[in-house]
Amino acid sequence: MSTLDIKGLQVSIATEAGFTEILKGVDLTIKSGETHAIMGPNGSGKSTLAYSIAGHPKYTITGGSVTLDGVDVLAMSVDERAKAGLFLAMQYPVEVPGVSVTNFLRTAATAIRGETPKVRTWVGEVKEAMKSLNMDPNFAERNVNEGFSGGEKKRHEILQLELLKPKFAILDETDSGLDVDALRIVSEGVNRVKGNSDLGIMLITHYTRILRYIKPDFVHVFSAGKIVEAGGPELADKLEEKGYAEYTTA
Amino acid sequence: MSTLTTNYLAPTGREEAWRFTPLARVGGLLDSAVAVSSVNSIKTVNSQNGVKLTVKSVGDQPAISTSDDLATIRAREVVTEVSHIEIAANAQLERPLLLERANLTGKPQASRTLITCGANSHATIILNNSGNAILSDEIEFELSQGSTLTFVSLQEWSSKAIHLGRQHAIIAKDATFNSIVVTVGGSLVRLLPTVEYSGPGSSADLQGLYFATDGQHLEHRLHVDHNVPNAKSRVNYKGALAGDKAHTVWIGDVYIRSNAEGTDTYELNRNLLLSDGARADSVPNLEIETGEIVGAGHASTTGRFDDEQLFYLSSRGIPAEIARRLVIRGFFAEIVGKIKDEEIENRLMDRIDAELAKVGA
Repeated sequence: MSTLDIKGLQVSIATEAGFTEILKGVDLTIKSGETHAIMGPNGSGKSTLAYSIAGHPKYTITGGSVTLDGVDVLAMSVDERAKAGLFLAMQYPVEVPGVSVTNFLRTAATAIRGETPKVRTWVGEVKEAMKSLNMDPNFAERNVNEGFSGGEKKRHEILQLELLKPKFAILDETDSGLDVDALRIVSEGVNRVKGNSDLGIMLITHYTRILRYIKPDFVHVFSAGKIVEAGGPELADKLEEKGYAEYTTA
Repeated sequence: MSTLTTNYLAPTGREEAWRFTPLARVGGLLDSAVAVSSVNSIKTVNSQNGVKLTVKSVGDQPAISTSDDLATIRAREVVTEVSHIEIAANAQLERPLLLERANLTGKPQASRTLITCGANSHATIILNNSGNAILSDEIEFELSQGSTLTFVSLQEWSSKAIHLGRQHAIIAKDATFNSIVVTVGGSLVRLLPTVEYSGPGSSADLQGLYFATDGQHLEHRLHVDHNVPNAKSRVNYKGALAGDKAHTVWIGDVYIRSNAEGTDTYELNRNLLLSDGARADSVPNLEIETGEIVGAGHASTTGRFDDEQLFYLSSRGIPAEIARRLVIRGFFAEIVGKIKDEEIENRLMDRIDAELAKVGA
């Protein structure tokens, strides 16, 4: 049982005009096996939360803490955070020309597991995971995210989730740009990992659509850089009906 | 003693062709007061059927192309013997012909080589330039009809070497010239990979990779002369720079003459600056005298390491140092992969890793 604990998190980004505060004190605790949906309008700071936890250099932490089982995450380098068990599925995965998916996955797995995966079992593991995500086998020979469709990029993110087996996954708008079939396949992938591993999930989304496939235990409404309301799955139904207007017109 | 007629006038550095080159560092190769000796610098490592190497006096084997490059003009005046490598007509070399340098003294020397490919022959030649040298070198290629030559020129010189070189190909009807130039070693390297055509349906693919670290000057000046109809050319050079006063120069001149209808050309240069204090000059030039062409384009980019790529890889647990190595290897993989020799590819990638580690980039 692990706990990801976010307390009073304040985050700024540098702009031409100086520092702009995006997160204004975020409190959130996620335990293993729990799925928390973070919902909110565009520009409310949901992605900033995701990238700040992962350690993107663009964001400056100005207050608060993030701990994983009591260990200070914010003091870790980006790769150390991944090794500690955090995974960020990105909304816009980055192209890395000249680096094959195979090479990338093996290098990442080696780093996370602390040893090179055994060739025989590894190849099977990758094939199996790709098959269950409906990915073409020759996908492995392509360069990371280069020329991938939106759906392929998201499947590739979930493929990594399956192979790297983190303690906590932050899914940043994983549903964006997916058609119904792709959404179902990707969601099944997330559910499969959770079923096998007691994964804790922070599911960031703008729409309730993905919540039909990935059932949240908790729903948090995010607005203007903090959580403004929290509840159970029924809160998502309310948002579906009434939208975010109530939270944005303060 | 006869009067020496010469076309040679040492460059001043104000000439367009020499304005990027630190002339104080060319080791006397361009100084008419410095003695430059003639050398037969090419030797074959693995002789094969269908390949012949002969050394001829310069009177029996004059140059087959014209050049206004001052280093070449001087080399031609100095050189007394020319090495001639012949690939027989219809020969299909099963493995690459490996060439190495020989007889280099580290004093100013000049060398000339002619490589001829008989009709419908098919060959790969790999020239490994290593060790120390102060060398002015010309290699001419004559590709007969329907022949294919892949020529890999590896500049893995030791750190003090100075190399001025011209590699000029004349490509006949339906012949294909693939050039892969890899420059990682040497103090100063200035190469002129140049191409002209002698018949339609001919094709040139000029690929290059360079990696300059502290104080290295690596210059590549390409020239493609589309002087016949329906010929094709592709140029793709990629460079990385790291460390103080690392300097690279890439010039890509493509000239489409008025009779060169149906020309299809594209040239690309990409540079990756890995640290402050390095400088990449990149100058593509396209001169077009006819509009009746298939296509002509060029692109040049010089940028820094992409932090988003680094973040993406790091966020998967990959340490920054390994992530950088992956990205650099990926950047060069497109060029290195064309060599099609696993041993050389691995050696080059290891060298690139070592260069990266050396500068702590």
